[in-house]
Amino acid sequence: MINPDAKTILSVKDLRASVDGTEILKGLNLDVKAGEIHAIMGLNGSGKSTFSKVLAGHPDYEITAGTIEFNGKALSELEPHERATAGIFLAFQYPLEIPGVSNREFLRVAYNSHRKAHGKDEVDVFDFDDLIEEKTEVVKMDTSFLDRSVNEGFSGGEKKRNEILQMALLEPTLAILDETDSGLDIDALKTVAEGVNKLATPDSANLVITHYQRLLNYIVPDYVHVMCGGQIIKTGTRELALALEAKGYEWLLEEQAVAS
Amino acid sequence: MSTVAAVGDRYLESLLAQAASAAQNSSLALDDLRAAARALVQERAFPSNRDEDWRFTDLSSMLATAFQVPAAPADTVLEQAKTLLTDVSLTDGSQVVFVNGTFVESLSNLGDGISVLSQLAAIPDCLAQVQGNNEVFTALNTAGFADAALIHIAKNTVAEQPVQIIYLTIGDGLLVQPRCLVIAETGSAVTIMEEFHGTGSSFTNSVTEVWVHDNAEVTHLRLQQDSAETVHIGKTAVSQARDSRYRTTAINLGASVSRHNLEVYQTGPQTETTLNGLTAIRDKQLADTHSLIALSHPYGTADQLQKNIMDERAHGVFNGKVYVPQKAQLTNASQLNRNLLLSAKSRVDTKPELDIVADDVKCAHGATISQLAPDELFYLQSRGIDRDQAQRLLIYAFAMEIIEPIPVAPLRERMTQYIQQWTV
Repeated sequence: MINPDAKTILSVKDLRASVDGTEILKGLNLDVKAGEIHAIMGLNGSGKSTFSKVLAGHPDYEITAGTIEFNGKALSELEPHERATAGIFLAFQYPLEIPGVSNREFLRVAYNSHRKAHGKDEVDVFDFDDLIEEKTEVVKMDTSFLDRSVNEGFSGGEKKRNEILQMALLEPTLAILDETDSGLDIDALKTVAEGVNKLATPDSANLVITHYQRLLNYIVPDYVHVMCGGQIIKTGTRELALALEAKGYEWLLEEQAVAS
Repeated sequence: MSTVAAVGDRYLESLLAQAASAAQNSSLALDDLRAAARALVQERAFPSNRDEDWRFTDLSSMLATAFQVPAAPADTVLEQAKTLLTDVSLTDGSQVVFVNGTFVESLSNLGDGISVLSQLAAIPDCLAQVQGNNEVFTALNTAGFADAALIHIAKNTVAEQPVQIIYLTIGDGLLVQPRCLVIAETGSAVTIMEEFHGTGSSFTNSVTEVWVHDNAEVTHLRLQQDSAETVHIGKTAVSQARDSRYRTTAINLGASVSRHNLEVYQTGPQTETTLNGLTAIRDKQLADTHSLIALSHPYGTADQLQKNIMDERAHGVFNGKVYVPQKAQLTNASQLNRNLLLSAKSRVDTKPELDIVADDVKCAHGATISQLAPDELFYLQSRGIDRDQAQRLLIYAFAMEIIEPIPVAPLRERMTQYIQQWTV
């Protein structure tokens, strides 16, 4: 939902970032306002996932130039957990399995970390159980998954649901969905998309990174950006995604080549 | 004979002299056993790194201290003992408390079948009869232990409450030799919980013999949390008769240098043996677990899981022998040793040793060494959990496979807290 008066949540300017000395992001610019849904598309290796990890603060990625402001604050000064409690949430492309850490305990510790960061009292085990069981309905998840180790032995769809469950619990200002749709069957995709749509508010925004236009039938974006070579080379609306679906990326790359 | 060996042997002689003087002060009528044990020690050498069994566990730091037999605990020592017991004593069931090897009746609570040897008219025939008695430190203990706990569970009796045996080593320069004899008669069941705690820098040399008779069931929890300056050498020797079940969880947290020799000897078919172990050490601690499962009959199962956490400059050692000779057909044995290194200077030496002759068996073994996974840490951090807490969650996750099945809730909770408060 585009509202020209909405506050800018994320402002990325001339961002350059490297991993192991190889530059992946080469001058990326993006502004996201409250209430908006942005989709980022692009071929493999264009830098989409790197961008999501840089936003979340993965230690392997080094910002070499440019700025990221989140709610007016410089993001690079925050540790990964501080970015999370400030309102950034990354739904992982490949959610990790953590044997031995119960999902319920993990969710409770995460939730209480957010409460503590905002000066609120931690919730006890019993109140948390009520809360989390209510949240599982958002993603139609069986509560038995709460008592298993984090993502251990979960199917691809169950892992992605678990990501959206965490999002429902932590209520981020900016949710970054990194290829949340990849590997999902159509029923799981619908459930995950419905969950994301239910959680959308006028004060928060979503950044949806995807390979496939299909997801955008269920999570309808306000803007579609195309990434190539570590930059956003074109921004459009949903129609751009449909054009990419119909014609592939080549025409766009050629158009770029002519322009430069 | 080289000089180093000569120094070790003189040292062993002085330990034996201390043990002999302890034996003279003891009222136990054990003259023949003691004499045989003394003769055994005299035949043995003090272990050095040149012995394959002691390659990674260096006892040379002991040589600087002439450990002495402790006097009967004074009132001040008993006061310290009470303090140490406050967080440890179970409120239900029997407690047998030893302070520096002496049984302390005022701190104990003996139920049915629970006694100490000094109160008995006759010494049980099976004392010091489990295989493995000729090992040097076990013989040293037999030569000089002051008193021993006797856990005797009668035929077809199920002991409802766990039996807690607490050995406190308090003071410096002491040779303390705890001893325990467990007899689970045919068809009986019992849970025993041995705990070692203390203060100061002494030498604890313990021996526990466990007789699990036909179709009996012994659950054995052992916590070694001696003072961080103490040397701890412990033997658990188990004789398992047909159709019996022996399940142990051995936890090593304390001592500067510790060695646990855990030996299970099968004397009949269809035994079930479960050995779980957790070592969590830091600073310059060394903790060594040497286990042996000696099968000699068919239809046995043996499951072993040893987990070690080493932080700072700590050094873990694991050696697990499993013997499956020709007669032990249809055995099902598995052994796994997992190690978590928390610092660049921590170290582990691990050696699973399966010796399989029988051809119709299922046996598996393995060892892993890992660090905290950076991607797992990042995943937790990305949910708002700070790095310290994320590390603690992952360390606990590593240990929980051993801690959560502990059947005595107060011990389980104490261990959970201990590991959850670990800071890297």
